Amino acid sequence: MDLATLWFLIVGFFFIGYFVLDGFDFGVGMSLPFLGKDDTDRRQIINTIGPVWDLNETWLIVAGASLFAAFPYWYATLFSGFYLALLLILVALILRGVSFEYRHQGRSPEWSAAFDRMIVIGSAVPALLWGVAFANIVQGTPIDEAGNFTGTLFTLLNPYGLLGGLTTLLLFFTHGVQFVALKTDGELRERARALASRAGIATIVVAAAFLTWTVLAHLDAPHAAVIAALAAAAALTLIGATLANRAGREGWAFGLSAVTTLLAVATILAAMFPNVMPSTIDPAYSLTIENASSTEYTLQVMTWVAVFMVPLVLLYQGWTYWVFRKRVTRASIPVGAAH
Amino acid sequence: MVEWLDPLLLARWQFGLTTLYHFLFVPLTIGMVVLVAILQTAWVRTAKLKYLHLTRLFGKIFLINFAMGVVTGIVQEFQFGMNWSDYSRFVGDVFGAPLAMEGLLAFFLEATFIGLWIFGWDKLPAKLHLASIWVVSISTMLSAYFILAANAFMQNPVGFTINEERGRAELTDIVAVLTNPVVLASFPHTIFAAIMFAAVVVVAVAAYHLARGQYDETMRTALRFGGVTNLVAFAGVALSGDQLSLVMVATQPMKMAAAEALYETAGPASFSIFSLGTPDGSSEIFSIRVPYLLSVLSTQTLTGEVEGINDLQAQYVEQFGPGDYTPIIWVTYWSFRWMIGLGSLAALISAVGLWLTRGGRTPAGWAWKVAIWAAPLPMIASLVGWIFTEMGRQPWLVFGLMKTEDGVSPNVTGLEVLISLVVFTVLYGALAVVEFRLITKAAIEGPKEWEDHSDADDIDHSKLATVY
Repeated sequence: MDLATLWFLIVGFFFIGYFVLDGFDFGVGMSLPFLGKDDTDRRQIINTIGPVWDLNETWLIVAGASLFAAFPYWYATLFSGFYLALLLILVALILRGVSFEYRHQGRSPEWSAAFDRMIVIGSAVPALLWGVAFANIVQGTPIDEAGNFTGTLFTLLNPYGLLGGLTTLLLFFTHGVQFVALKTDGELRERARALASRAGIATIVVAAAFLTWTVLAHLDAPHAAVIAALAAAAALTLIGATLANRAGREGWAFGLSAVTTLLAVATILAAMFPNVMPSTIDPAYSLTIENASSTEYTLQVMTWVAVFMVPLVLLYQGWTYWVFRKRVTRASIPVGAAH
Repeated sequence: MVEWLDPLLLARWQFGLTTLYHFLFVPLTIGMVVLVAILQTAWVRTAKLKYLHLTRLFGKIFLINFAMGVVTGIVQEFQFGMNWSDYSRFVGDVFGAPLAMEGLLAFFLEATFIGLWIFGWDKLPAKLHLASIWVVSISTMLSAYFILAANAFMQNPVGFTINEERGRAELTDIVAVLTNPVVLASFPHTIFAAIMFAAVVVVAVAAYHLARGQYDETMRTALRFGGVTNLVAFAGVALSGDQLSLVMVATQPMKMAAAEALYETAGPASFSIFSLGTPDGSSEIFSIRVPYLLSVLSTQTLTGEVEGINDLQAQYVEQFGPGDYTPIIWVTYWSFRWMIGLGSLAALISAVGLWLTRGGRTPAGWAWKVAIWAAPLPMIASLVGWIFTEMGRQPWLVFGLMKTEDGVSPNVTGLEVLISLVVFTVLYGALAVVEFRLITKAAIEGPKEWEDHSDADDIDHSKLATVY
């Protein structure tokens, strides 16, 4: 395997890490109006991701920077092309991030309620738009000879793109609700489990449609069997997650839905391979792993950094999750301290 | 198309605005986390409660600030691709590497250990908890190093070759990129400036409470600590700034000439304290000067020759073809002066403050007011310093290799950039108001949560962890 292909996998790994981790953050954020009956509930829900949302979001920064370093042409075309969609994502992430920090600093319930709304919107918008963006990358976009995207925001809002967005929205929602069930206690935990069951069914239907469409659209690819196998595995783990949730196995449910996200993103990556941004104007204009990548030397340098750092990063982040492994109980939320 | 919908102009305004805004939070984060780490070390080692109170108070201010630094940082990374796609294509092979290293080596550490520090007061042993704030501190500095190395490539490109066929710069030597003489000088300059910023905030908070006769012992410690730190950091800023100006003369002589509004080559060269030029920026009308000083700053000799703007312009035309290679002189000239002036004023105020409070003395009321209102000085000095560095690089995006106008995204319309510029301006403006209110609220409250605690053994660590 050449280094450019290796870096396609590494960048893919960072995006998978981002979607698995910030995916449940988004779900936790979106679940506030569904699960939070009072302020203590809402604080309990937010505190499940309190110590980790920042490190989860850092996966996006690392994924983006690795994309820049390893595939500058892909980075340049994607980020300039999907301009307004990315602007919306950025605004959403800003509002969501500061809201976690600010919601408990005010003195009135209205203050908290306002920031809670921003958390919900700030979680839903990226959960939807990341799916739209990745579905469009796979489907192909109007890219001209110079490698520039020539469409608009509305070019992205086509049926396949929107179905992709709906898939990630539901997948992350269910994933996040399962996380709430795994990390809280009492009535809230029960409500989260019930909601995860209902949301799981909707997710299965939508994700199955999206994965089937993806497989059918790439039947001509030489590696169509791989794409189909990944999609089938994603569908199976998703069904497994929902069944585990029904059986009250919260750890399994959350773990399997994390694997579902991993496999779904892997399906997308396999479907675009060996392109990274296929062009719908002329296949000759497509950005590929080969023509979008950095030089051999740069990739070598980056490979050394990744070989040393990625295991270390996984180790200390795993340790952090272990330090904060306990459930966030209702009793751990100080009465009135936030207001 | 109307002129204000020019995507280049709007993209430049957006980059300037978002970068300066980001840099309101970054230096306070970098500086404050070191000070908090030192205070917490003092608490762990001495078990004196005042150090815990100060750790908690300034830790809170640091945290309010930190979230903003994180979320506005994502904008910075995305913006290269969104607004400057041709730049990204041209330099990505070189410029991307330090950014990716920053993520893998620094951001992950920072984001993980900050979570452990905020939420781990009751979950980690005291020494491990203390270690985590030091890890955060080291990682913020590491991240500053990588991003300054990337910036240094734009000021003084090294370690690359140009691939004519692909039309891009290609990395040939990562060590050269990471040891660019510009970053070796700009890194300590930036870090010490960040520490100054945090130190004057500590002084201002202490002065506020001392003026009201509150928490006297604790706040006196904070005042002395902030004042001494500020002076030490100022020495670092001055020394590294001197080094940086020597590097600048060697690598970007036009920037130094523009900083001085030095139109004609001179040796010995004098340093102008005030200068007025003709409107077209090609010659000087009036100035007040210190003899020999510019020669000393630029060449470390009394009579060294310093190249002037007009000679350099002619030289660049010969080298790079016809064009205007002069930055906007009044911007570089005045930003350079304000940077030095405000930074020095902040140090002077600390020095006077330390003198007035020596041996437990209490100064007159006006002194507290000065200390409080001096808080923004190093921040403004940092901001104008960046304006100087980046505006002084113009018209180049990458010095000698790519002009700013050639780097902008060709397919992003003026309207799109206008939308994002307006969105960021409004959003950042609103958040700045909230942020400022929360920080002043925390500062004014001071160590109030501690009024019932007088005994170090009395601390309930489960109450220290933040709960959102």
